[in-house]
Amino acid sequence: MDVVAKAWTWLATGSHWAGPDGVWHRLGQHLFLTLVCLAISCAVALPIAVALGHIGKGGAIAVNISNAGRAVPTFAVLVLLLLSPLGTHGQWPTIIALVLFAIPPLLTNAYVGVSEADREVVEAARGMGMTGGQLIRRVELPLAFPLIMTGVRTAAVQVVATATLAALPGGGGLGRIITAGFRLTDTPQVVAGAVLVASLALVVEGVFVLLGLVLDPMRRRTGRRSTAARRPPADQAPASPALTT
Amino acid sequence: MADGNCLISNEWICGEYVRTRGQELTDATLEHVWITLASVAIGLLVAFPLALLARRWRPVAGPVLGLTTILYTVPSLAMFSLLLPVFGVSAAVVITGLVLYSLTILVRNIMAGLASVPEEAREAARGMGYGPLRLLFGVELPLALPALMAGLRITTVSTVSLTTVGAIIGYGGLGNLIYEGMRSFFKAEVLTASVLCVALAVAADLLLLGLQRLLTPWARKSRKGTT
Repeated sequence: MDVVAKAWTWLATGSHWAGPDGVWHRLGQHLFLTLVCLAISCAVALPIAVALGHIGKGGAIAVNISNAGRAVPTFAVLVLLLLSPLGTHGQWPTIIALVLFAIPPLLTNAYVGVSEADREVVEAARGMGMTGGQLIRRVELPLAFPLIMTGVRTAAVQVVATATLAALPGGGGLGRIITAGFRLTDTPQVVAGAVLVASLALVVEGVFVLLGLVLDPMRRRTGRRSTAARRPPADQAPASPALTT
Repeated sequence: MADGNCLISNEWICGEYVRTRGQELTDATLEHVWITLASVAIGLLVAFPLALLARRWRPVAGPVLGLTTILYTVPSLAMFSLLLPVFGVSAAVVITGLVLYSLTILVRNIMAGLASVPEEAREAARGMGYGPLRLLFGVELPLALPALMAGLRITTVSTVSLTTVGAIIGYGGLGNLIYEGMRSFFKAEVLTASVLCVALAVAADLLLLGLQRLLTPWARKSRKGTT
């Protein structure tokens, strides 16, 4: 357990936090990458998923993409992109890999959320003369919100985790502290980096859980308990459609 | 177009590479398979009693599910690094990390499967004089199999792909080749190992699907219409 004490000393040393290899800089890179990639993948996946969910088609595609995302090793995709012609274009291999891995949970959750929004409510709204756009905005999206947020949360955590792996081929981010530790055979630094990365992932998860609770448009109407009951756990949500096939 | 040249010109697809390094590829694949098998098997052995425990004592369920979910959030590189001081550089680091990841999905799916067993089936078995153990293994588990197998498939597929990250400490199976190929910019090695890895995941998934159909012959007739 000597390593733990040494890792703590590493974290407590001010010089490890400053400079271009320091924790602050790496954390900044990590967060920047996460936000950019999350924004891109939301912009790509959510409109498609909501549109498909609204017309109720493409469920098989959503499930298959989700399953394929699990089978393809993140690390392999990163390295493949790096060795491709894209590899010479700075951050792009990392960004593309991160976006690819964030899309499946976003797509599946939003699709399931919208397509399984309470059919009776949707029918009632249609009976009231709502147009397709109104239906999406005022009925399906609010009802699907918890599931969509679960997808966003899963994607965010996944991007944080994958951005860590980007350090293996020499990308930026907190993972670099771990890989640098390995290269120096400095186990305390490896552990210190791992603690930082794990904490960041947990914080991101927590922030998105809170965001989901605060922003939920149905919160006031149905009370917190029913929305909580409707919300499947992070890993379960993309899995649940797989259960039915 | 000669096969030997693709090693020199560093092409993505190279038959010569597969031929000359066949042994290396086989070894890596075997390592990949046994690490995955060990992880999933241990994961199942740990998850099963945990799920039973959580079902029996409600207060345990919250913490068990919460803890496994938190473990699931930890990035793989960090997970393996955190376990490094505990086990030293050994396959145990990778296997333990993968087991911890598998618990989230396995525990949840086993619990969901057991919860979905109709109360009438339980009552009927009790009425026929089944004790708790025979009830569990004779009635509840078979009926919970579809959910359990779904969880097992998800776990296995993601374990196959996560094993590659074990390359950081040298126990990543095919991931070792990807890591090595990345350092030497050897395209054929990276692509071949990646493709083998995906093929392994797909094969494992199909195998488990076949096993599930074999184990639940009664489900085949009724499910035909739904899927």
